[in-house]
Amino acid sequence: MRKANWLLIVLALMLSAVLVACSGNDTTEEEDTGTDTTDTETETPEEEPAEEEAPEQVLNILEGSQIPTMDSSHATDAVAFQFLGESMEGLYRLDENAQPTPGIAAGEPEISEDGLTWTIQLREDAVWSNGDPVTAHDFVFAWRRAVNPDTGSEYGPFMMNGVIANAQEVNEGEVAVEELGVEATSDTELVITLAKPVPYFYGLLTFGTFLPLNEAFVTEQGADYALSSDNLIYNGPFLLQDWNPTGDNPDQWSLVKNPDYWDAETVTLEQINVSVVKETSTAVNLYETGDTDRAGLSAEYVEQYAGTEDFRTMPEAVLFYLKMNQSNEALANQDIRKAIAMSIGKQDLVDVILANGSVVSTGAVPQNFSAHPETGEDFRELNGDLIVENKETAKEHWAAGLEALGTDTVELRYLGGDSEVAQEMDAYIKNQLEGNLEGLTVTISSVPFEERIARDEASDYDIQNSGWGPDYLDPNTWLEMWTTSSPYMTMNYNNEEFNSLIEQANNELLTQPVERFETFLEAEKVMMEDAAIAPLYQRSRAYLWRPGVEGVVFNPMGADFNYKWAHIE
Amino acid sequence: MARYILQRLGYMILTLFLIATFSFFLMKMLPGSPLSSEQKVTEAQREIILEKYGLNDPVPVQYARYMGNLLQGDLGVSFQLKNQPVTDILLSRIPISAQLGLYALLIGTVLGMLLGLIAAIKNNSWVDYSANIVSVIGISIPSFIFAGLMQYYVGVKLGLLPIAFWGTWQQAVMPTIALAIFPMAIGARFMRTEMIEVLGSDFIVTARAKGLNNTGILFKHGLRNALIPLVTVMGPMAVSLMTGTLVIEQIFSIPGIGEQFVSSVMTDDFAIIMGTTLFFAFFFVLIILIVDLLYGIIDPRIRLAGGKD
Repeated sequence: MRKANWLLIVLALMLSAVLVACSGNDTTEEEDTGTDTTDTETETPEEEPAEEEAPEQVLNILEGSQIPTMDSSHATDAVAFQFLGESMEGLYRLDENAQPTPGIAAGEPEISEDGLTWTIQLREDAVWSNGDPVTAHDFVFAWRRAVNPDTGSEYGPFMMNGVIANAQEVNEGEVAVEELGVEATSDTELVITLAKPVPYFYGLLTFGTFLPLNEAFVTEQGADYALSSDNLIYNGPFLLQDWNPTGDNPDQWSLVKNPDYWDAETVTLEQINVSVVKETSTAVNLYETGDTDRAGLSAEYVEQYAGTEDFRTMPEAVLFYLKMNQSNEALANQDIRKAIAMSIGKQDLVDVILANGSVVSTGAVPQNFSAHPETGEDFRELNGDLIVENKETAKEHWAAGLEALGTDTVELRYLGGDSEVAQEMDAYIKNQLEGNLEGLTVTISSVPFEERIARDEASDYDIQNSGWGPDYLDPNTWLEMWTTSSPYMTMNYNNEEFNSLIEQANNELLTQPVERFETFLEAEKVMMEDAAIAPLYQRSRAYLWRPGVEGVVFNPMGADFNYKWAHIE
Repeated sequence: MARYILQRLGYMILTLFLIATFSFFLMKMLPGSPLSSEQKVTEAQREIILEKYGLNDPVPVQYARYMGNLLQGDLGVSFQLKNQPVTDILLSRIPISAQLGLYALLIGTVLGMLLGLIAAIKNNSWVDYSANIVSVIGISIPSFIFAGLMQYYVGVKLGLLPIAFWGTWQQAVMPTIALAIFPMAIGARFMRTEMIEVLGSDFIVTARAKGLNNTGILFKHGLRNALIPLVTVMGPMAVSLMTGTLVIEQIFSIPGIGEQFVSSVMTDDFAIIMGTTLFFAFFFVLIILIVDLLYGIIDPRIRLAGGKD
């Protein structure tokens, strides 16, 4: 009898658990339909015909991860900068030609002769979504917060140290935050003092870390600031809605047009609905059923969709190359390095293995990234193809190198990533090298990203397949990293001429844009003549985009996409 | 019985304490830091940030602080989801995983038991063989294959069910089926084997001799005895189903704890990893306790209190 009672109790408990679970489900369901009405309307397939007659300005997109933070002082990754870029407005915003165009700033900055003092007038009609005007004080507050050691920001000091006067001193606690070189001389005038005449500062001002913050609101929210869309105010083209990483539906949110945005008449899209989808196959399936207007494609889907009107590739300013460690006796030999750099069939690599629109890279600076200050010609076009595939010349260099070394076999340890595509690519490169260069043995280690970075820092590799994305819009971001004193130059490359060219560009030539640009051209030639790295490819990303979605701007840095000027035809 | 449960609760707390301590030090031995732009910050900047988050203190100090907060129910804040309280993150995601896991467990077990029962009764008939084939397929094919196939054929080609996300009952159907296949197959196999054995044993023969009807024998004597091994496997399976399944959550874009756990491991998000580990451990020891209690109910011969009462 006693046992039977127990059984009853357990059964009752299990039953109540089921009921609780069920009722929990009901509430989420109701809340969903309550808040996301527009969402369901546009997603239901039977309503699509109506949409085609008069295109509703609603875009449905997918993201690969949640928004890690909406606090501009703490943002470090693409997704955070993406949604900060849509919902917030800084001094400037990148236009379709990757040039800064005024945002909160009323016009172009006024720069002093020595290039150190930047005076920027702000527009008077910009407001936060709580009605407060956006003032110069909001920028001062935000920038001080970004470098304040109490904030613990990563990108604040990374973007501002050595750029804005006293940033590093403030961050290291040597001087008070008030000493930071930014000042609001009135509500609409911002005066910035630089640590040195940084030529790319204009482009930096479009970056998320430099966004303004409303002091009264941020202080009032305290530790709760930016924890959900209810703990934020906005001044950008769109307002973030239903974003709550600890809510019932942490993986879905939306952007709605901000009626109080200073340039609201330019914004055509009414709403952007966002869902987190990590699996490419799921994203493609959602695109097929019309539930999303954009899906990122991995290599295996490219073949299936290439050539359809939905298929678009977007070139990125991201380069991949082989780092050749000169602490290895063989790789210290220039002929050996050249032989390796010229033996790889890069065209097949991008066409067959990557197959996502990536292009062959032949230098250390990518295409369409920086232009000559006077003629507007692209850096890459001016310097041309510096290292191209040439299997015959490679063999000659190889023979010369082996003779100088007095050996006929070379063994190299090759460090690469552990993703499927990376392994395939590394196997291909090994095959290309060993097939062309007699006596060469390449041993591949495929390791996770963190491990690769650790070995990179320890210079523990012979050859490493590595990549880089820009930190600011200037060729320096691609070249300074190869100077002997750079922490990223882990391959023991040391060329005095190269070092001194970069040194000049970052000192006496800072205020002479043309000479400076030409110095970078020269530096790249020097470095490629040394075959310090073996350029592989410039990455593109392949997408399915709903035909009719037009005007989306693809940025080389910061937020990947800009929807301010987008519309649906 | 009350004393036994109290004793077990004491062990549970000790176990959790040991797990917390062990995982804390293991985690501190891991290389890497939670900084997301590790490669780009300078050494000085890194020190300033680590200092700010108390990560520069000696490990025993950090341990004492963590355990102190833990006693007050404070699991800290996430590094990856900047400053979001770990408790809130777990509370928003665990119910989703638990709900999905529970559906799959209930459906899987009930169907599995039925399948096993039928197979046992119709032993060595075509019914038995087909049930066997179904369970072998269920055990050997991974759930994500079913998930992918269902998503493509039921979701895209037929358009019958939504492809992804969580909230409506329609959205729960495909992930539940994909997850339920494994417990169903396991349940069916165990049920069949046990039932065949039990039905051939002496006490069943006695029951038949007493003139009990077939249904009575099957459910009162047969099923009850066959359940014991099933309960043993179903306990841990309940834990693994209800604590989130990375693959299914990822394929159907369900914001559960499994997906969150993996991304926090990838980003060295210490507070979330610890919080989730502790939660999993708590749930596991709780289920073990429940399983042990269930044994006593199902089979009075298994005595809980070690023969003292």
